[in-house]
Amino acid sequence: MMMLLNTIQIDDTFAEAFNMRGTRVIITAQNLKWAYHAANAMTGFATSVIGCGVEAGIERELSPEETPDGRPGVSILMFAMGSKVLMQQLETRMGQCILTCPTAAAFSGIEGEDKISLGKNLRYFGDGFQTSKLIDGKRYWRIPVMDGEFITEETTGMVRAIGGGNFLILATSQPAALAAAEVAIEAMKKVPNVIMPFPGGVVRSGSKVGSKYKTMFASTNDAFCPTLKGATNTELSPEIESVMEIVIDGLTFEDIALSMKVGIEAICNLGADSGVKRISAGNYGGKLGPHLFKLHDILNGSNS
Amino acid sequence: MNALTFTLKNILKFSVNCSALTPNSLENKSITDIANIKVIYGSNSVPVTDLFDITGSDATHIVFKNTSNKMDYIGAHMSSGNITIEGNAGAYLGFTMKNGEIHCTGSVESYAACNMVGGLLKIDANVGDFLGAGSEGLRKGMRGGTVIIKGNAGDRVGDQMRRGLILIEGNAGDYCGSRMIAGTIGVLGNVGAYTAFNMHRGTLLLKNTPSLHATVQDCGTHTLPYLSLLFKSFKKYNTPFSQLSSQRVQRFVGDAAYKGNGEILILNA
Repeated sequence: MMMLLNTIQIDDTFAEAFNMRGTRVIITAQNLKWAYHAANAMTGFATSVIGCGVEAGIERELSPEETPDGRPGVSILMFAMGSKVLMQQLETRMGQCILTCPTAAAFSGIEGEDKISLGKNLRYFGDGFQTSKLIDGKRYWRIPVMDGEFITEETTGMVRAIGGGNFLILATSQPAALAAAEVAIEAMKKVPNVIMPFPGGVVRSGSKVGSKYKTMFASTNDAFCPTLKGATNTELSPEIESVMEIVIDGLTFEDIALSMKVGIEAICNLGADSGVKRISAGNYGGKLGPHLFKLHDILNGSNS
Repeated sequence: MNALTFTLKNILKFSVNCSALTPNSLENKSITDIANIKVIYGSNSVPVTDLFDITGSDATHIVFKNTSNKMDYIGAHMSSGNITIEGNAGAYLGFTMKNGEIHCTGSVESYAACNMVGGLLKIDANVGDFLGAGSEGLRKGMRGGTVIIKGNAGDRVGDQMRRGLILIEGNAGDYCGSRMIAGTIGVLGNVGAYTAFNMHRGTLLLKNTPSLHATVQDCGTHTLPYLSLLFKSFKKYNTPFSQLSSQRVQRFVGDAAYKGNGEILILNA
């Protein structure tokens, strides 16, 4: 069934997403500048589980009133396909990115039945000079470092989450597709409990499963590559010259659905004059992921 | 329902063990049953009603009136509810207390909060020696909970303390934090000699600089970020400690004689 939103076509299709394990960490520092330095380092090289192990991003800024230690901070979300990888990646990134960052501290940002190490093992960097404090039922570690003391909570929660929500922006030019994607990302950043892990929140290299090469288990999504319109079984009409994808990981189905709705509506508010002609989504025929985000249902508010 | 109230009938000649009179042990008991509970008085076992007038029925809140410093073990093993002591209390107040709240409006003898595990103990006047320490023969003292003393404390506060928080608004005696394993003790008044003697770990938060022995070393003045977390946890208590805000402290570490990593922080250095 054809659906038009402010003259932009919404494909009758769905995004296919997967179960993941997720956690949230609150990073604080002397000021936001250094909180961002720490958080950007910790969420660096974390765009896709395919090559990075985890998908991570900054969820939002936190005012001093919202952080445990009363300093400015940011919350980050981190997702992995399994708990073991998530634990390994969190510990590694804590050690290399937060411990090392001047004035930074790390705290649990989510409750969960499962607890994973935040500073539990990192404390041994203190070489015996580390001390713990149990304050209001939470254990913190104080690790002496050259700038003073590094403070970290012992554990953070690990919860079941969903990764791989997505939609595609099909536009008449590359600048138009990217400008629309930027508008969507700005709107989606206001939605809690989700991250868009790719650079600037946008992916230009959407992939399909498999490849003609045996060693590759994912390869370019040729059906959406505009320069291959005449060479492959294309999904693109003649006027489409560029496609951008936005991938969303979130704590719940509802969080991702809301984020997609907000992003798509922000683009559609630009109208067809923006160069955006269609919104579509990436999937594997519904055979791989248990979570299907149907675009029409999301925009009608009837998703479940 | 009115609070279950025990009013002492006469001046006590001997110590009485009040450990049977806690909210959790009296829950669902009738006044008759409670009156017939035997308590150790001196070397004898006597019914509660021989020593106390009993009124009220709400066992979740117990009140002791016309009290004596011979009333030992009030709130011992307590795991829920509230106890109010209108007057003084004897030794071992809150012994191995696990949860709930005890409020004593008077002074308390030694070994208050001994082996305490959790809950809140508030004492409006002074307290004797070995506050939050371990009982005889045990190698760990208080293991959790919060103790707030409005007056002064005796010697050996937090001896072998393992975990928890003790806040003393007045002075503390000699050997404050001796053999301390972990936890936090705050003192807004003065402390006596040999503070942190054989201290292993933990934190002494002091308003005034004590005379420290040679094996406690000065580490200089620092701004410690974790103090914001600690001070934030004090906010919920009605005590001057809730007004603390400066994270600037002078830090001493010891006891080196014990290879200790305990710290003494002097506030507003």
